[in-house]
Amino acid sequence: MSTKIYMDNAATTAVRDEVLEAVLPYFKEYYGNASSVYGIAKESKKALEKAREQVAAGIHANPAEIYFTAGGSESDNMALRGVAEAMKNKGNHIITTKIEHHAILHTCEYLEKQGFSVTYLDVDEYGKISLEDLKAAICPETILISVMFANNEIGTIEPIKEIGALAKEKGIYFHTDAVQAVGHVPIDVEEMHIDLLSMSGHKLGAPKGIGAIYIRKGVKVKPLIFGGAQEKKMRAGTENIPGIVGLGKAVELAVAEMEETTARLEKLRDKLIQGVLEKIPYSRLNGHPKDRLPGNCNISFEYIEGESMLLLLDALGIAASSGSACTSGSLDPSHVLLAIGLPHEKAHGSLRLTLDRNNTEEEVDFVLEKLPFIVQRLRDMSPLYEEIAKTAKQ
Amino acid sequence: MEYSEKVMDHFMNPRNVGEIENASGVGMVGNAKCGDIMKVYLQIEDNIVKDAKFRTFGCGAAVATSSMATEMVKGKTVEEALEVTNRAVTEALDGLPPVKIHCSCLAEEALHAALWDYAQKNNLVIAGLKAPVKDVDELHHHEIEE
Repeated sequence: MSTKIYMDNAATTAVRDEVLEAVLPYFKEYYGNASSVYGIAKESKKALEKAREQVAAGIHANPAEIYFTAGGSESDNMALRGVAEAMKNKGNHIITTKIEHHAILHTCEYLEKQGFSVTYLDVDEYGKISLEDLKAAICPETILISVMFANNEIGTIEPIKEIGALAKEKGIYFHTDAVQAVGHVPIDVEEMHIDLLSMSGHKLGAPKGIGAIYIRKGVKVKPLIFGGAQEKKMRAGTENIPGIVGLGKAVELAVAEMEETTARLEKLRDKLIQGVLEKIPYSRLNGHPKDRLPGNCNISFEYIEGESMLLLLDALGIAASSGSACTSGSLDPSHVLLAIGLPHEKAHGSLRLTLDRNNTEEEVDFVLEKLPFIVQRLRDMSPLYEEIAKTAKQ
Repeated sequence: MEYSEKVMDHFMNPRNVGEIENASGVGMVGNAKCGDIMKVYLQIEDNIVKDAKFRTFGCGAAVATSSMATEMVKGKTVEEALEVTNRAVTEALDGLPPVKIHCSCLAEEALHAALWDYAQKNNLVIAGLKAPVKDVDELHHHEIEE
């Protein structure tokens, strides 16, 4: 079945028409290496710096503080490993959370093997960290706090400004993985006291394979990749000019349209969430009801398993995702759903629908029409539901 | 990861979903923690499996193997039913993605548990049939780790 309704925009997005149009000339016309001196190379250099300005403007940073990378994972690796190495003489303690993306968690595990110690903060039932916990975790050896801006699975937005203020007061670097947030929620690195920020292009209509890291002027970070003077020697490698142009354009568009898009998406999202919760018994919303990404809907259905739901949705042309073990590629369901206190069985039965500007109300209505049948069909097949159904009949 | 056409057919149109009232043997294995539970009902008359039904909580592979396993045991003698192994079920489905092989183990375990229940109820000894592991959870995890 070909996908007719795409509701997995937190996984990746389609490249926007305006972005595609902007990047195309940089494949065959202006393909010059930005480090060269001739005509077409100058065009590449110009495009590179224009994109840097666009990205910087999107988060209220200075263009000199933006470094292009190959994506969110690289930016996360660079922030953690780069700061750890640059600051190891000052301390060896890093604070992060239990609900980070694996690009953060696996990098932290690696750093632990290198002798760093990492505190993984708990989150509450909505996925928010506690500032008190954070305060208590800070010690003289703490060199970095890394808390994601918004969670990729449950959409919860963390208290970034408060974390930033605390980090600044204590003189500790603050990094945020803002892969899900850039272009979706307002970000001001000055006002929020963010020292390092990771972003990725393909979550907001730019191509895959392009990202950026914001590093506040004066913050000490060692590069991960050596071999050239690109990005002020912070990230060697011939610049991915089409990708960079695409990221710049996508950030510019998303930020300019944010107010309008957010208002529309929140309406669709809330219709979807309320509709599902009303129509389907034994279901619950995962994540914060208000402080959540405009397009994120994550709901757990008791007595059924997520992958089965995805297959039945796919058969209707609906693309979604789940936090079940069978979709995580491991035996355990999503670490995020477990961290907000969901028992394994409810985490296995989770469904994530993530909307973006391309989704319509008709699509939401279609999902609301079909989903109850899918859930009921699987429940009728579930030995866990057997007893519930029998009790209900009596 | 992609499922074979047969797996998708058995997932989209599962055979033998439901339960058998007063079944000769019932077996339930797996647990919600792992994300899959299989319950198998067998109707056995004159040592022949006359009917088989199942209910499964689990992924596409778990549902498809339940469907195929119940299809395969119908009409077989109890001894023949024991030979419906996870490998036989997987082969009948034209294979499963490697990460899903453990789901097929569950179908075999559920069948064996139902046959054991039948043997217990009728004071029978079925050659080659062992008591199901009490903590199916533990067994399941060991199978996966291998």
